[in-house]
Amino acid sequence: MFPLRIAALRFAPEGRVVLDELDLVLPGEGISVILGPNGTGKTVLLRLLAGLLPAHGGSIVWGDAPQPAGRLAMVFQQPMLLRMSVFANVEFALRPQAMNSAERRARTTEVLERVGLAYRARDSARLLSGGERQRLALARAWAMRPRLLLLDEPTASLDPSATEAVERIIREIRTEGAKVLMTTHNLGQATRLADDIVFLAEGRVQEHEPAQRFFAHPQSPAARAFMQGELPWRIAFDH
Amino acid sequence: MTQTLLDALSLLGSFDHRLLDIVALSLRVSLTALVIGALLGLPLGAGLAVAGFRGRGALIVALNALMGLPSVVVGVLVYLALSRSGPLGSYGLLFSPAAMIVAQSVLVVPLIAAVTRQIVEDAWRDYAPELSLIGISRLQAVALLLADCRFSLSVAMLAGLGRAMSEVGAVMIVGGNIDGYTRVMTTAIALETSKGDLALSIALGLVLMALILGLNIAVHFIRGWALRRYG
Repeated sequence: MFPLRIAALRFAPEGRVVLDELDLVLPGEGISVILGPNGTGKTVLLRLLAGLLPAHGGSIVWGDAPQPAGRLAMVFQQPMLLRMSVFANVEFALRPQAMNSAERRARTTEVLERVGLAYRARDSARLLSGGERQRLALARAWAMRPRLLLLDEPTASLDPSATEAVERIIREIRTEGAKVLMTTHNLGQATRLADDIVFLAEGRVQEHEPAQRFFAHPQSPAARAFMQGELPWRIAFDH
Repeated sequence: MTQTLLDALSLLGSFDHRLLDIVALSLRVSLTALVIGALLGLPLGAGLAVAGFRGRGALIVALNALMGLPSVVVGVLVYLALSRSGPLGSYGLLFSPAAMIVAQSVLVVPLIAAVTRQIVEDAWRDYAPELSLIGISRLQAVALLLADCRFSLSVAMLAGLGRAMSEVGAVMIVGGNIDGYTRVMTTAIALETSKGDLALSIALGLVLMALILGLNIAVHFIRGWALRRYG
């Protein structure tokens, strides 16, 4: 399934170019964080990898195969929670897998304990707080034992305490061997979590570096401007 | 007018057995039609919401149009189907409560299916990415979405019940409005009004309105409680 090789990827719905000739190679371990300004195609890239959008050009190769061999899970910025209990929201996601009822229940209980939601297992998922909802969405993805976990701004609009809890879970999932690819606008979070940074601007990868090197010495003008928070960043980029 | 209203209230207060029989039959016919309408309309509407096939748009337009199907037209079609020379004539259902249930079901199914399709499709638009990544099939999604939208779908059920209980043309044609056998509230109101017995008509009208209003109030409170309980 890895390395994941993306070559000349293009996404241009109705002629509006979002991703253009995007090249990227990702290893099969660690946490890769995609940074970049709004509207630059971060979420689109995740959705293309998940197969939720059709590419208009280029290729995505998983190891040597056109399709991922391992399981792939994604947690969205606004996760879908069914009007069921917290427990049922995890358990139903395991039904398509080759697991019997006892195995599903055991796995569900295990991940709910690990994300700290076991005590709310019987409560309605729709009544959870924002942080708890995101932890539940992570638990559901984690329960599926994904080889690649895609996270689209998993802590957007969460308070620091909830963000810390989510980051702890992401680290645990990485430790269990899943590759994590996530987007964020939170530079602090990127410094805490990332093994490598993919900086996206103008629909292309401007820079792909180990996190420490990126934050110490961003190479591209776009990344430097973004890091300095210059507004509007685009002016700095154009210069 | 006042005297007529007093007579109507007197009929209600005395629990007139003729009136109670008519009310009971109306409820039996309409609730049975509602159950049949739900069993067919809910999966049909949800299936159409998540399905993707050529001609889906035309089917949705047709389904929406069927919501406005004139009840007398349904009455005539069901009459033809159930009459002795019709395809279902051998069952001998014409001029029976069963025939009225068939006619009301024909009216209710498209209504429940169309409302269900709209509600479930809105949910499907939000849920489809995650459900497809999880590996849920469209058939499994139908069951999940029906369960998830259950509170919103109560509106579809209420609309179906309202359509069934207020319907007069079709049940008049296929039921025959036979006293003590196929006479329901709406057909009785039509007949008694033409005969000049306004007291019974008004009494039945009050019961009909009270039933529909009561059901709507009950569903409103149950829905409110459920939303607070389940979010």
